[in-house]
Amino acid sequence: MTAAAAAPAPAVALRGVSKSFGSTRALSDVSLELFAGEAHGLAGENGAGKSTLVKILSGVYRPDTGRLLLDGQPASFTGPGAARDAGVAVIYQEPTLFPDLSVAENIFMGRQPRAGVRRIDRRAMHLEGARLFERLGVALNPAAPARGLSIADQQMVEIAKALSLQARVLIMDEPTAALTPDEVKRLFAVAEALRRDGAAVLFISHRLEEVFALCQRVTTLRDGQLIASEPVAGLTPDDLIRRMVGRALDTLYPKADAPIGEVALRVDRLTREGVFTDVSFEVRRGEIVALAGLIGAGRTEVARAIFGVDRWDAGSVTLAGTPLPPGSPTRAMAAGVALVPEDRRAQGLVMDLSIERNLGLTQLRTLHRGGLMNRRRERSRAADWALRLQLKYGRLSDAVGLLSGGNQQKVVLAKWLATQPAVLIVDEPTRGIDVGTKAEVHRLLSELAGRGLAVLMISSDLPEVLGMADRVLVMREGRLVAEIARADATEESVMAAATGQAAVA
Amino acid sequence: MTAVARRAPATEIGVPGSKRLVDRVLRIRELALLVILAVLVAGTEVGNHRFLSGQGVKDLLLNAAILVIVAAGQASVVITRNVDLSVGSTLGICAFAGGDYLRGGGSPLVGILIAVSLGAGLGVVNGSLVSFGRVPSLVVTLGTLYIIRGLDSIWVGSREIVAHDLPAGFVTLGHGGPFFLPYLAIIGLAVLIALAFYLRSYRGGREFYAIGSNTEAARLAGLPIRKRITAAYVLCGALAGLGGALYLARFGNVDSGTGSGYELTVVSAVVVGGVAFTGGSGSVYGAALGALLLTTINSVLPSLGVSSSWEGAIDGFLLLAAIAVDRLVALRVANVLRRRNVRHG
Repeated sequence: MTAAAAAPAPAVALRGVSKSFGSTRALSDVSLELFAGEAHGLAGENGAGKSTLVKILSGVYRPDTGRLLLDGQPASFTGPGAARDAGVAVIYQEPTLFPDLSVAENIFMGRQPRAGVRRIDRRAMHLEGARLFERLGVALNPAAPARGLSIADQQMVEIAKALSLQARVLIMDEPTAALTPDEVKRLFAVAEALRRDGAAVLFISHRLEEVFALCQRVTTLRDGQLIASEPVAGLTPDDLIRRMVGRALDTLYPKADAPIGEVALRVDRLTREGVFTDVSFEVRRGEIVALAGLIGAGRTEVARAIFGVDRWDAGSVTLAGTPLPPGSPTRAMAAGVALVPEDRRAQGLVMDLSIERNLGLTQLRTLHRGGLMNRRRERSRAADWALRLQLKYGRLSDAVGLLSGGNQQKVVLAKWLATQPAVLIVDEPTRGIDVGTKAEVHRLLSELAGRGLAVLMISSDLPEVLGMADRVLVMREGRLVAEIARADATEESVMAAATGQAAVA
Repeated sequence: MTAVARRAPATEIGVPGSKRLVDRVLRIRELALLVILAVLVAGTEVGNHRFLSGQGVKDLLLNAAILVIVAAGQASVVITRNVDLSVGSTLGICAFAGGDYLRGGGSPLVGILIAVSLGAGLGVVNGSLVSFGRVPSLVVTLGTLYIIRGLDSIWVGSREIVAHDLPAGFVTLGHGGPFFLPYLAIIGLAVLIALAFYLRSYRGGREFYAIGSNTEAARLAGLPIRKRITAAYVLCGALAGLGGALYLARFGNVDSGTGSGYELTVVSAVVVGGVAFTGGSGSVYGAALGALLLTTINSVLPSLGVSSSWEGAIDGFLLLAAIAVDRLVALRVANVLRRRNVRHG
């Protein structure tokens, strides 16, 4: 590895790069070197700045300060197209496809093979697409429309796209989150082949064993800062976790034992065709139940159905003994269900409205007098909640969009807690928020459970699941496949259930 | 391993199926329009034997040609998930600009070129405002609709151009043609075929669809989004300009009110023709069929003895029906795909 460092200049390098969004510092003074023929892992918790770094390398963001070097020469990407032309290909965490177009067009958009009079050569395009899928070992039809592909198939299209670019630098931002172990194996074989052919690979994954399997070097970020950049050989997973977290894990997840009460939420054989099937579980008062699984396993969809956003085709949801009607969020709210959604920017908040107005949204019925809103009561309630949740803000009349991710999440939580729910469903409650606020959210959830609230927590963050949950439910491909008690829950047992494999040491 | 073993046949079975399905839906859309059109024409022919005579067909094509051309331009904008409401004003001002030149007895070709270039220029303005200003196109083009109309009024004042002022060759262009095929229809068809070929078989054209289908993905794929959206508006403006020139040739009468409200007819034709307002789908052939259908209905009503006051209401009903059909089809397709996914796990 030191030999590689002594060899020619890195294919791509970042030197002292910083990037801020408003008052949030996403990256500060980070350097990274990617060498041809080397796979480089990027480790860090959610919100550590990995995605920002990827977006700088792929030309989506431009760094505030610092330099980007291509083969040792200073360069700057004016946009994703420029990065692509420089040989940087990215496989994003969330597939970004054109649903109305064919699979082959998705792969070759902007670079379609052309025949006479510069028109697109469809046959050549489909043949080339088929060749790529053959190389990846998947049976996808290049002429099929992209709409309706499963997440894994969409990811395969993304991979084929990156492959077709014959990139010198291949960046993979959590490409394996939605793949089966077999597909992961095949992806790794392809990445390995590319690396041997001289490509530089940057690999991001929450599954540390994958980083160890694929990479020669690993760089760790924490809170936007570079913690270490070192050879993988000689490192243990524990070393890496310590660098990522920067403190002992236990203090991060302070779930206090709470007396477990009667059943608050019972879900019985709930089915929504094509999305999830035969899901049954219950959550008791004082309990935090985690719903784990891979992205696309149907967890969010179950939560949406319980809250009435989507209808269900069969089964029932019972709240403290009373059945809920399907498809009515209003009735669900009245019965005491609260849902803190996964995407707080799009679904949890009205970004342009003020903090107090956002907080008042669930309270409209109690805040009006004779049809007019009582602004003074709205404000005093908001101030009360802001204090209780230790919200950091300028003025309550500031737009929510100005707050940091963690404080936005607190506003969403406060908004729902104000409805005095009996059951709180939180979907990825700490995704993309900083470590400090994360601990506060965890403390809050634990406290709420202690006061008799039933909490259903959907999370892809395994340490969070293991630290917070009294019981772990695992979903795979739309079905509930395992229920694991707190004592038996380990990373291995949960991942094994989520991927449908026997545990691998 | 089991998961993959299960998935592989799924794609083999699923993919040709979904291709057939989508094809069928698309074909049904254009087919349905054709069927309605045929029934309408046949029904009218039974009631009025002169409707399908050579002159009847010629009138129909003459009436439809201009709308087809402007609707084709509008369709390319709508495919990028935008809209151009200023086409009526553009058509009006371009018609007058062409006429103003031809009044001196100039070459018809130059007159048409003037109208088309002015339209393209206005398209550049619209396109730049939409793509650089990041303002919703509905609002931007509503603004330019009024601005262009205002400029038109100031420039034209109470003047008007009448057929008598125009060169004879130009007027023939608006009425004549071999057999029962008017020149206007030939021009319309040529525009249609060229534009359809571009949208189907050229990178730029496919990028219109990509941008309308998922703008964020288009950005990440490094597509020149601003350039393409501007191009769509230029195309739309140029075709509105061409429409203006042909309007002048056909009616020989242009004043400051020419083309008022035309944008609504154009947008209706596009939507009835199955070009989705959500972007990324539809074709200019569909838009042309929509234009033909609207025109036919409007010519059928008088020959069936129905008062033309019904025109607006019937157009509106068609529009709603088209949107309802789109929605139902989309829901059905989503359902089928959802269910199939679960079948194959």
